[in-house]
Amino acid sequence: MASSKTITVEVDDVSYTDDVEPRLLLVQYLRERLGKTGTLIGCDTTNCGACTVHLDGVSVKSCTMFAVQADGHSVTTIEGLARDGKLAPLQQAFHQCHALQCGFCTPGMIMQSASLLTENPHPTEQEIRDGLEGNLCRCTGYQNIVAAVQAAADGTVSADGTVSADSDEAETAGVA
Amino acid sequence: MTITEVGRARLRKEDAHLITGRSRYTDNMTLPGMLHLAMVRSPFAHAKITSIDTSAAKSSPGVVTVLTGADVAAEQGSLPNVWPVTAEQKAPAFPSIAVDEVAFAGEVVACIVARSAAAARDAVELVDVSYDELPVVLDLEEAFTDKVLAHSNLDSNLSATWVFDSGEAGTGKPIAEALANAEVLIERTFYQQRLIPAFMEPRSIVVDPTSEQITMWSSTQIPHILRLILALTLGLPESKLRVIAPDVGGGFGGKLTVIPEEFITLMAARRVGKPCKYTETRSESLQSGHHGRAQVQKVKLAATKDGIVTGLDIQLLADMGAYLGIIGSGVPILGAFMYNAIYKFPAYRLECNNLFTNKAWTGAYRGAGRPEATFAIERLMDELAVELGMDPLEVRKKNWINNEEFPFTTVTGLEYDSGNYEAATAKAVELFGYDELRAEQVRRREANDPVQLGIGISTFTEMCGLAPSRVLGALSYAAGGWEHAQVRVLPTGNVEVVTGTSPHGQGHETAWSQLVADRLGVPFENIEVLHGDTQVSQRGLDTYGSRSLTVGGMAVLAAADKVIEKAKVLAAHLMEASEEDIEFTDGKFSVKGTDQSTAFGEVAFAAFSAHNLPEGFEPNLDSDATFDPQSFSFPHGTHLAAMEVDTETGQVTIRKYVCVDDVGVVVNPLIVEGQVHGGLAQGIAQALYEEAVHDDAGTLVTGSFVDYLVPGAPDLPHFTTARTETPSTTNQLGAKGVGEAGTIASTPAIVNGVLDAVRHLGVKDIKMPCTPSRVWAALEEAKTTGGVQ
Repeated sequence: MASSKTITVEVDDVSYTDDVEPRLLLVQYLRERLGKTGTLIGCDTTNCGACTVHLDGVSVKSCTMFAVQADGHSVTTIEGLARDGKLAPLQQAFHQCHALQCGFCTPGMIMQSASLLTENPHPTEQEIRDGLEGNLCRCTGYQNIVAAVQAAADGTVSADGTVSADSDEAETAGVA
Repeated sequence: MTITEVGRARLRKEDAHLITGRSRYTDNMTLPGMLHLAMVRSPFAHAKITSIDTSAAKSSPGVVTVLTGADVAAEQGSLPNVWPVTAEQKAPAFPSIAVDEVAFAGEVVACIVARSAAAARDAVELVDVSYDELPVVLDLEEAFTDKVLAHSNLDSNLSATWVFDSGEAGTGKPIAEALANAEVLIERTFYQQRLIPAFMEPRSIVVDPTSEQITMWSSTQIPHILRLILALTLGLPESKLRVIAPDVGGGFGGKLTVIPEEFITLMAARRVGKPCKYTETRSESLQSGHHGRAQVQKVKLAATKDGIVTGLDIQLLADMGAYLGIIGSGVPILGAFMYNAIYKFPAYRLECNNLFTNKAWTGAYRGAGRPEATFAIERLMDELAVELGMDPLEVRKKNWINNEEFPFTTVTGLEYDSGNYEAATAKAVELFGYDELRAEQVRRREANDPVQLGIGISTFTEMCGLAPSRVLGALSYAAGGWEHAQVRVLPTGNVEVVTGTSPHGQGHETAWSQLVADRLGVPFENIEVLHGDTQVSQRGLDTYGSRSLTVGGMAVLAAADKVIEKAKVLAAHLMEASEEDIEFTDGKFSVKGTDQSTAFGEVAFAAFSAHNLPEGFEPNLDSDATFDPQSFSFPHGTHLAAMEVDTETGQVTIRKYVCVDDVGVVVNPLIVEGQVHGGLAQGIAQALYEEAVHDDAGTLVTGSFVDYLVPGAPDLPHFTTARTETPSTTNQLGAKGVGEAGTIASTPAIVNGVLDAVRHLGVKDIKMPCTPSRVWAALEEAKTTGGVQ
């Protein structure tokens, strides 16, 4: 076991300085050292994307980075996305479009969607599907996730993240 | 009562914490002094353990102790099977930690307990296990021959043979006659490949032994059943054990199980006296969590030249894997009652042989037996249509139960209470543009288009609402099928609903709130649904088999009704009126024919203060109810898939997918639609993408998400979903269940569509998953055998 290394990382607007083992993964650092358990581990092999966070504003899978590689960088997790107690538009959109069921893929899915919309603010359905290729969901069949990203892109969710009086209900397919 | 909530697409109460990262999955938990477990697993699929040397591991930094099978032999017992399908059923002992023989690759042979997860995993490498390899049996048809035995101490791989014969059961005619007199006989063999439930949250267990009552948090679908089985197996008083299923990241049947790791974590924590945590890696999850499907179906369908089916004969080989899981033996039996599907077959026989192999044990996976049955019959109906040169929809219409024939007792003896196959099919055909697509198909065939179009049909039904306890008893299942609920009325008039169904993504908190809001007139927001903790929800049989609403929801309604009955007595007393004159609507008790009324909240507070109660009135409005269904419910639907097959590459594309599901009365259409979408994804995955593949030595080759192809967003189409609504008559709400519908229906629709695209080129069948290489190989084979005209 190699000796520990001191790193300084800004996570969700707070600066942390810690001694870490070089082999410690960023996701383990976030969860086990900082208590940022909103970021989840689903596969250990960079396939599922449950651990997706932003490193300097760009999505990365935090199970595929060592904590030491984040030294001097800024990390945003799902826990840092809401501002001043208000949900980010994507968080609101996931709620409004029923884009989550068990919720396990959701933090990673939202972080990846945010990164996608930064790169491409008005994606087509296919561009959204392709952009989320690295994030697996077993519950939703992706349709409502795609709709949520589209809604966030179109600004059809309230940008301040508040739920208006009549928006606690969604539109769905009808009955004959 | 005024209905204002049932039927609304309410956004989910569950979402707020999940979209902000305030989740409570088991692996998020840290307790003071907590130790971490890692498992040493057998790399061999079948071997004798000759020695285990743990000395190097024990002296590894941070290691507290190492447990082997020998260390826990006296206490560990055997993981139980609760569904002996025959009196003669055979099962090997299933110890949590193998003692002298391993029967599948991935079986636990030792457990490291260490101060950190990393230290535990480091020490796994230091445990020196010596094995003598034994021959492995992996293939079902080979297992049936008993040439190689999966367990050296069993004399056969056959666990049980279960037979249903409509002639013997008196529910139909004898099959032999139908087969002998068949004008048309279709014989096929279908292979249900092994699948892996692949829930997104790996299983995780935390056990806190530091008080008189041991607490276990587990990522499970079945906290109540788990507590009972842990207690019975380990000889603990049930009262000394509390099981909590906190946020659970999906299950799909994969967490309808008790696992060795739950027993091991408990035994380890008990030994060291400290909280212990075990979280599996994804590879461990894929390798050693239970698998699903894994059947060979030899099927014979007899029919007249007019396309009327006269009999169905099924010979099943069902892969149990190395051990009998908690209900693995019963999974094929759940399907046995569904092969006749929506049709009026007069004769039916099914023989199921449950066989052991040297692979991970099998169990429930979304649909559990019913997808296999539905696949077989829906594939056969297409084969019959091809044989007779009829439209596959026409063949189905000739055989299905007409709307006016309900209730209908089927050839398996089940009574289908309601259904309208005509309406669902008509709507699906219209949404799909069936005739236009058929016309396009003809054009593309005539033009020899390299990309051919096929239309796949699946008119499915399934059996939901597990289950009437007397039926489970008749099938030798150890437990009942009831569900429990409690409605607690707080002094403010707010309400807590306790449910025995333990959700893992289904949205019970939202849907149960809607049910109770309507019943009690209490605002949706003022209702809190509690679940998944045996200390809070003291009775329950948990969540699986699309049972939650049709069984658990009915218990909730019954408990709410009892609250009203109690409150009426108090309301009458408070208004100095006669009980018979009290009416309850919109959350108000009023006296018939007067303007006198009192609100639910006022009565709730009066019960709490207890200052002015009728003689003998208990100062409490809380009520419990346990509901045992009298019958099953039978959702159905028509699914249509337009499949494009590139005949040059074998690439398959879903161009259009339309489904019209009839799940009865819907509490929350948003949640129902979500369940359908997710179900479709899993059924399509079986048809096109997923398969647990083993090498010749029995090692799982698809042991990570690199190889086990859970579909991603680009791999699935946009679904067109719609509903018809034919209420069930077996429960007061008219609901039927929706959790498994999409999965059951979609697999045959997709495969039928693929075959329909290439059948004219001589392709007769393609094994699932229909990967490009398999489709291409089938096309090439058809060319060499002269299939192409």
